[in-house]
Amino acid sequence: MSSPSPVYAPDATGHFGQYGGKFVPETLYSALEELEEEYLKAKDDPAFQQEYMNLLTDYCGRETPLYYAERLTKHLGGAKIYLKREDLLHTGAHKINNAIGQAILARRMGKKRVIAETGAGQHGVATATVAARFGFECVIYMGAVDMKRQALNVARMEFLGAKVVPVTAGQATLKEAVNEAMRDWVTNVRSTHYILGTAYGAHPYPVMVRDFHRIIGDEARRQILEKENRLPDLLVACVGGGSNAIGLFYPFLEDSSVRLVGVEAGGEGIIKGRHAARFQGGRLGVLQGAKTWLLADEDGQIELTHSISAGLDYAAVGPEHCYLREIGRAEYDYATDDEALAAFRTLASVEGIIPALESSHAVAHAIKVAPKMRPDQLVIVNLSGRGDKDVSQAAEILLKKSV
Amino acid sequence: MTTPNRISERFRALAEAGQSGFVAYITAGDPSLAATLAVARALDEAGVDILELGIPFSDPVADGPTIQAASTRALANGATVAKVLDVVRELRKTSQMPVVLFTYLNPVYVYGFENFLRDAVEAGADGLLILDLPPEEAAQNAEFVVASGLQPIRLIAPTTPPARMAKIVSGGGGFIYYVSREGVTGEQKDISDTIGEQVAEIRRHTTLPIAVGFGISSPEQAAAVARQSDAVVVGSAIVRRIAEHGGEEGLAARIKEFVSPLVQAAHTR
Repeated sequence: MSSPSPVYAPDATGHFGQYGGKFVPETLYSALEELEEEYLKAKDDPAFQQEYMNLLTDYCGRETPLYYAERLTKHLGGAKIYLKREDLLHTGAHKINNAIGQAILARRMGKKRVIAETGAGQHGVATATVAARFGFECVIYMGAVDMKRQALNVARMEFLGAKVVPVTAGQATLKEAVNEAMRDWVTNVRSTHYILGTAYGAHPYPVMVRDFHRIIGDEARRQILEKENRLPDLLVACVGGGSNAIGLFYPFLEDSSVRLVGVEAGGEGIIKGRHAARFQGGRLGVLQGAKTWLLADEDGQIELTHSISAGLDYAAVGPEHCYLREIGRAEYDYATDDEALAAFRTLASVEGIIPALESSHAVAHAIKVAPKMRPDQLVIVNLSGRGDKDVSQAAEILLKKSV
Repeated sequence: MTTPNRISERFRALAEAGQSGFVAYITAGDPSLAATLAVARALDEAGVDILELGIPFSDPVADGPTIQAASTRALANGATVAKVLDVVRELRKTSQMPVVLFTYLNPVYVYGFENFLRDAVEAGADGLLILDLPPEEAAQNAEFVVASGLQPIRLIAPTTPPARMAKIVSGGGGFIYYVSREGVTGEQKDISDTIGEQVAEIRRHTTLPIAVGFGISSPEQAAAVARQSDAVVVGSAIVRRIAEHGGEEGLAARIKEFVSPLVQAAHTR
């Protein structure tokens, strides 16, 4: 980890400016303190770092390539586009970086059981994978609607030995899966570690998850300097909770010439209940452990969300993103379902890479802005996951549209 | 907490009579706001000492299936923060039963924390318990300080280390709510066997009365808990009966019939 260590840090109790914190029921408070203590110890423990790096290298296949997308660049006729290929990582997405780190922590804390929420199923697969690898009992909470649209990942988790529990409350997607995982954790807190899958929730999760993903940005920064001998002009990543984005952005925070753009899910457009772009139609609030931007009505009830992508279909956004936006360091835009689907097809046909629908939102933004940039400018798009899981859903939608 | 308040007065009266108190939880707006008012009055008649009135939230992470379902029904039937306060205001016209508002932070935050405190006091509420607002966050954010006449009710869990208890109770008022088991709200076959020692541990840190809840549903359980604490809290068992008889004419009478023996058990220990 050679890049400069940015000063962008939360305070001692996990607040990024006014965002973040530890807004949890009392039963969980001490568990969070135990986790924080263990994480801080592990972070400075060379044995922990070595095990983490060894597993990322030999088990997961790091480092991932920074690929010059020459055909896409020509196709768009503007800035030079690089793809950070997290889609090539074991289990098919960046999520495994964090799952590996938290699994080692869980073992250090003597926990025998791990639980997780999942939206698209990528984090569920990553958690089920590390549970198999470490010999933990594993329960994954997943919205019933998401189980249907991500059936392939459900089967993967089950083959890996996890129990997948359908959550039918509310709109039966990611937010409800998080609620159910938190309830499990409240009940089994002494035996269980909750492997939260994004840079969200109560402290220390947002910081810890970011640290486990900063390897994306650390590698990308070194790779672009090797290839181009200079820093990029723009980084683009999709933002659900925001873990792949913060992982890419973090090592570049002090490089003020590098623009950072997070792309939220615009769904069917910024219409109440039909999108998941918290910075577009949202407000300040507190949900699932953190003070943050979220989609809630005037009475503080969390609104319905929609996105073609299960992984971005979530009502709140990671607190560090709120902070970076507030201080003007990062910007946030959105891509609609249609734009993401178009990007999904473009990348498949032009580059031979099928991106996850989540990552397709980042690709869609690059497709929008790259043609307006100069050919000597550099863009890195975080290709956070591969799209195998989305093929049947995309085919179904495209078939409907063609009728 | 300066001015005398209904909660501490009720506990003083209970102590003088040598009784343990009974705290009843219901979710406001389930099945309707009008029914909540009728049930609240029936609870008062049944001798309930303190009413915990839940302001429903869409994502109640500390609640089990019974109260989750009640919250969903209440929201579907149009319950809002302001309308729940209207119920308190209406109840207060005929009842001096202390009312603790029980909710999650987001509805209060979006309403406006200060406005909420002002309006809740004006409506006649006596205490506020926000499940996902730990004392550390309350202390760090001036915007989350519970003052202005509402007693801040604090929670202690079986996982709370003794060292943390002092911090929790120091900003609390009214009573301390000891959550007797790890888990979400809901009825249980057996009550925890560590209640006595835990209550004794909490007493080393505070003179506030200690109410014990989570999982209690029968008069036998209520009496057992009452012998070891200053008050017994029953929630899901009442909410489940409201769910079963929600649409019926005699809902309030049925709830009174169910709660009266529980109150008796708590009072006589």
